[in-house]
Amino acid sequence: MSAYAAPLKEMRFVLNELADLAEVAKLPGYTDTTPDTVDAILEEASKFASEVLDPLNYSGDQEGSKWKDGAVTTPKGFKEAYKLFCEGGWSALSLDPEWGGQGLPKLLATPVTEMITSANMSFSLCPMLTQGAIEAMLLSGTEELKKAFVPKMFDGSWTGTMNLTEPQAGSDLALVRTKAAREGDHYRISGQKIFITFGEHDLTENIVHLVLARTPDAPEGVKGISLFIVPKFLVKADGSLGERNAATCASIEHKLGIHASPTAVMVFENAIGYLVGEENKGLSYMFIMMNAARFAVGLEGVSIAERAFQRALAYAKDRVQGRDLVGGAKAVPIIRHPDVRRMLMLMKSQTEAMRALAYVVAAAVDFSSRSEEKEDQKRHQAFVELMIPVVKGWSTETGIEVASLGVQVHGGMGFIEETGAAQHLRDARITTIYEGTTGIQANDLVGRKIAREGGVTVKEWISVLRKFDLDLSKSGNPDIQAIRSRLAAGVQAIADSVDYILQTAGKDPNAAFAGAVPFLKLMGIVAGGWQMARAALIAEKKLSGKAGDQAFYSAKISTARFFGDHVLSAAPGLATAVTSGAAAVMALSDDQFLAA
Amino acid sequence: MKVLVSVKRVIDYNVKVRVKSDGTGVETANVKMSMNPFDEIALEEAVRLKEAGIATEIIAVSCGLQACQETLRTALAIGADRAILVESGEELQPLAVAKILKAICQKETPQLVILGKQAIDDDSNQTGQMLAALLGWSQATFASKIVMDKGKAVVTREVDGGLETISIKLPAIVTTDLRLNEPRYVTLPNIMKAKKKPLETLKPDALGVDVAPRLQTIRVVEPPKRKAGVKVPDAKALVDKLRNEAKVI
Repeated sequence: MSAYAAPLKEMRFVLNELADLAEVAKLPGYTDTTPDTVDAILEEASKFASEVLDPLNYSGDQEGSKWKDGAVTTPKGFKEAYKLFCEGGWSALSLDPEWGGQGLPKLLATPVTEMITSANMSFSLCPMLTQGAIEAMLLSGTEELKKAFVPKMFDGSWTGTMNLTEPQAGSDLALVRTKAAREGDHYRISGQKIFITFGEHDLTENIVHLVLARTPDAPEGVKGISLFIVPKFLVKADGSLGERNAATCASIEHKLGIHASPTAVMVFENAIGYLVGEENKGLSYMFIMMNAARFAVGLEGVSIAERAFQRALAYAKDRVQGRDLVGGAKAVPIIRHPDVRRMLMLMKSQTEAMRALAYVVAAAVDFSSRSEEKEDQKRHQAFVELMIPVVKGWSTETGIEVASLGVQVHGGMGFIEETGAAQHLRDARITTIYEGTTGIQANDLVGRKIAREGGVTVKEWISVLRKFDLDLSKSGNPDIQAIRSRLAAGVQAIADSVDYILQTAGKDPNAAFAGAVPFLKLMGIVAGGWQMARAALIAEKKLSGKAGDQAFYSAKISTARFFGDHVLSAAPGLATAVTSGAAAVMALSDDQFLAA
Repeated sequence: MKVLVSVKRVIDYNVKVRVKSDGTGVETANVKMSMNPFDEIALEEAVRLKEAGIATEIIAVSCGLQACQETLRTALAIGADRAILVESGEELQPLAVAKILKAICQKETPQLVILGKQAIDDDSNQTGQMLAALLGWSQATFASKIVMDKGKAVVTREVDGGLETISIKLPAIVTTDLRLNEPRYVTLPNIMKAKKKPLETLKPDALGVDVAPRLQTIRVVEPPKRKAGVKVPDAKALVDKLRNEAKVI
């Protein structure tokens, strides 16, 4: 089975050339991000991902986490790997230095997270959730709560979880029923939570649950939900662990993928909890972190795509089958067959496009928080808001497509678990569901991000793309001209779709939202195509300067051309689905769906 | 006790090495480089000696292009206290490196110098031995265990027949074998700390060392491709082939 190797050359290119790491490194607080440090961090993270996490991916999937009498045992090697991970400081890459983090930019944390997730997605979820919990506490918790819980979570002694979902409250958190009764300086939490990632495990001595619940007199709906810290073991005044709290794991789910990550059913029976921030503001605290969480899941799409691509590529070079179309009597490796190459190129080009967009958005997050000018901050923040549902929705949908292509490249062996190709498809399948389904991302994009502000940000972005067309027009490279025409058609498709959305959203919401997902995909391929075109233009300059890795740059141009012809070319069709597809979506009565 | 460790920047052990088309050497352009794995073991041993309270300062030295700074930064992140780069654009052969290290040793007066037994690029396995001879210090090569004991180093060596344990006087040169230790993973906080540790750059001239190559490379070629195997009908035929065709028994 082929091993994972982080695509460091590609990552550096995207960081330096597309996401402008040099500018991010000038922002206040980020000046430690010098090129040599960046290189060292990428090298060491890639070593850790390849040598420690990747070897546990397949065995972790086969073995799975196991539940017995309320306790969960993670697969062999996970506990040691988690300890090494935390000792290495990888859990605190971009967290506040005041609490022991390294305070590095999100742009640099992004490739590191990508590597960890590519190597072992199940593993990556535990630190991701812990970081989310830490951030929630740092944003909204009292000093006392922070001091009691945050340092131990930082150093890896304890992990964190997010307890949002209940059986009747999934995408709609207004329906949360878990109760929180006041009792002195704390609360008593009662209820059941489901789908709690790493809700119970044996990696650390304690687990800190963040739980959404309602106080007795809370108003109905989303405005009556509060956020609580409910530790597995209570923490004494001296910091040592006390009694076992009544927060227990009733079972773990049997899932399609991410088998090593335990997905817990949590039962709270009068468990002691501590309020985070103010009562009834729980959901707004969650919303602060929503962009980060959605970005992280979008990056999972990129990571799984990269892993599936590498595995398929290794197989295609190795598997000998069939003769070359242009002569030759001997059987050849299947990478020589045009359709296998097409599949590999679909995998490669889409992965690169998704990565480029994700890193550019990560840089915009850094600019939005640290730029000196308030206007710049606002401009970047608007871009981030617009693109988060695209990164989440498009990268995860495409991640599944790429993982599925990975199975296809393997042929019959892809359907057999021992090649590892199927695991990537199974693991990827959750990414379009959790942290807001693709439908929810698309509704957010069409409703909140476009219709509500009259399309201001998206129109600004369209004008950026139109200006960029001028840069492309100056290139004499026929490949780049081909990409340019595909991109121009894509931009027009977006402009037409946006007009349609703005016209319909108010008076006929069904008409606007019926095409929300095709619109999200359209945004994805055009934003990805934009980055591929930028990359091609930069590669052309580097080729003419005869400096650097010439093979890398010429591949970049060809890959961008492929993306234009095979992926971006779908843009006008998607625009058709957006602008004329709604009537048929809404036409049938519920009974007409099944002709039984 | 001061410990000096030499580290070499080599083609990463995961890279499939390709010979240059003109046969003058191997292709290093756009190829991933990293620290020679035996040197990583040497450095790890020094750091363990420091953690055990035996070593007081660890100095990492590299010789070669400016890019060796990256390797030295890694050494600092693993745990060296400071680093010295002896910068040279020349091809540095084992004797030249040994002479450079000799000059550094005379300047820094370490009690122990730990080197990798060989570098995975040219596999010379000479620098440590040459350095010991030039300095007139004791040497213990191919170490799989090092115990420091009152001004002496008790070193277990991997030799053809098994393990040999010798006691040598300090100052001494030790070269490391693969089984001496398992190097640690560099931590993120230590990468950040490494930025602030001192890295000094010297030139061979300033050390009064002549680094001119003494060996001449005539030609570099790829090893012959492996030929397809044959099936033998029985053990007798195998023995016959081994004896008469391969001439190995």
